[in-house]
Amino acid sequence: MAAEPLASSPRAAALVLGFHPGRARTVLATLLVLFALAVTLFMTYDLKGSLDYALELRGRKVAGMALVGFAVAYSSVLFHTATHNRILTPSLMGFDSLYVLIQTLAAYFLGTAEFLQIDVRLRYGLEVLAMIGFAMLLYRWLLGRGDRDVYVLVLVGIIMGTVFSNLTELVMRMIDPNEFTQLQDRLFANFSTVNQDLLVVSAITVGLVTIASWPMLSRLDVVALGREHATNLGVDHDQLVRRALFVVAILVSVSTALVGPVAFLGLLVANLSYQLTGTFRHRYTVPAAGLLGMLALVGGQFVLQEFLEFQTRLSIIISFAGGIYFIYLLYREARR
Amino acid sequence: MIEIDHVTKRYGATTVVDDVSLTIPKGGVTALVGANGAGKSTLLSIVGRTLDADAGRVSVDGLNVATAASAAVAQRLSILRQENQVAVRITVRELVEFGRFPYSGGRLTGEDIAQVDRTIEYLQLEPFAGRQLDKLSGGQRQRAFIAMVLCQDTDYVLLDEPLNNLDMRHAAQTMGLIRTMATELGKTIVVVLHDINFAAYHADRIVAMKDGRIVADGSPREIVTPPVLREVFDIDVPVHEVEGQPLAVYFVPGRQPAGDFRVPASAGS
Repeated sequence: MAAEPLASSPRAAALVLGFHPGRARTVLATLLVLFALAVTLFMTYDLKGSLDYALELRGRKVAGMALVGFAVAYSSVLFHTATHNRILTPSLMGFDSLYVLIQTLAAYFLGTAEFLQIDVRLRYGLEVLAMIGFAMLLYRWLLGRGDRDVYVLVLVGIIMGTVFSNLTELVMRMIDPNEFTQLQDRLFANFSTVNQDLLVVSAITVGLVTIASWPMLSRLDVVALGREHATNLGVDHDQLVRRALFVVAILVSVSTALVGPVAFLGLLVANLSYQLTGTFRHRYTVPAAGLLGMLALVGGQFVLQEFLEFQTRLSIIISFAGGIYFIYLLYREARR
Repeated sequence: MIEIDHVTKRYGATTVVDDVSLTIPKGGVTALVGANGAGKSTLLSIVGRTLDADAGRVSVDGLNVATAASAAVAQRLSILRQENQVAVRITVRELVEFGRFPYSGGRLTGEDIAQVDRTIEYLQLEPFAGRQLDKLSGGQRQRAFIAMVLCQDTDYVLLDEPLNNLDMRHAAQTMGLIRTMATELGKTIVVVLHDINFAAYHADRIVAMKDGRIVADGSPREIVTPPVLREVFDIDVPVHEVEGQPLAVYFVPGRQPAGDFRVPASAGS
């Protein structure tokens, strides 16, 4: 924006680079500082009692939130590029509702108490496998024959999500009211009780997936230009879209199984990162979105527990803020 | 050399490109002309590998475009399609920089940057270099996309209706630029054109398609004649000699054979 008046004079224009990495870098540095501040505050504010115990407990919470914040943000940016659409999130595609259905079915058939007694690692493993399996079935069935497939995939995903939600509602009507209250508790993301073993497994998975997928970010910049431009520039558009969606499936499954669904967080932080960095280059938008995601969770949780005394849940606030932002995005797109 | 060898493309029962073979040697401007739906754009897309053929093969300097490494092909052959919408917000300079992607991936070398500068200067895009693409006029945007393709520095450049939606001045400028790219920079250009007169004036060779097949192929003087145009477009077009060039006067609908096109009788008053 600031470059516009400069660009009108030909001499100055030669100095104006097409894209300002300076601005994106400033944004990244600022977000990094803010995140460090949020973590420090969260870890040290109003420490009481056993220092070791409190720090360990808080540290685990921070790690869980940072992991989920990053995974959700990264997967949303990848999903936006793969679908050439910025107002969708992977959670719309049935991941969240499948998770909710699994929880509800387990509560119905086993009872919540029994379900919670199953070894937590086994439960986590099954949940992750169910969600990745669902995504892979969908991809295998619908992808691989051109550009339009991705839209069909998203539509089918949304319809499957609705089917899962309706099934969930049906089962919920048949469930014992006591079970139901216990179940409801599990259907919103919960960062207070993250299991340490699961945290380690999730961190390793997200870490490996991120390292493996990082080199494809610059090619995803080309994918963002559109299928034909990408092909012209020697990038296999369809193959990259498939890979990106594969990464999305793993990240979303892991983070949902770890803490539960956080609808709208991804949409919120991904779009904020595009706005703040002013670019679509993944080397900037992915770290910025990741930092925003981590910041939103850690900072939000801090405000929630210190000033609002846990009156509500963080994921509810995020859904509320994200929902409003979503309406704003739709409004802005419609006016363009 | 581009070799198109028995290429066929079908959509369901409709054959859009029907067993086409064509050789385009290095150098010069080759114009593909024909009526709407004749298969020109489809053929061009297959050569530019944005579309897969159902049968046949296309090779560029001996490299099969469908099977060779995509980045290797992208260093020899570039294609610019007619719908040039980019979904993302991008500046002219950034777009031109993407032309270097087949060579250096995401990281530009000094040589790449020099090439970007040269291209922007060559196309006189300096005043717009920092501007967002969606803030440009149609003609400027078309130039920016041609700049990207030029920056890709390929021997072969395929252009699909580059004059679409351009006014007289910008159409003439763009076509002049395309001619210059062939003459000054030694590019081999294949261009789909709607206006036979632009083809006649600027192309070295005209290839005419009809119903998915090549029906005429030759120099502008050989193609822009009433019998050939009758064969290709199914209309009678008088051709005049203007400033030493054949000029087809196709603007009067009355010259079309009866039955092909009828103006409905005006209703009411």
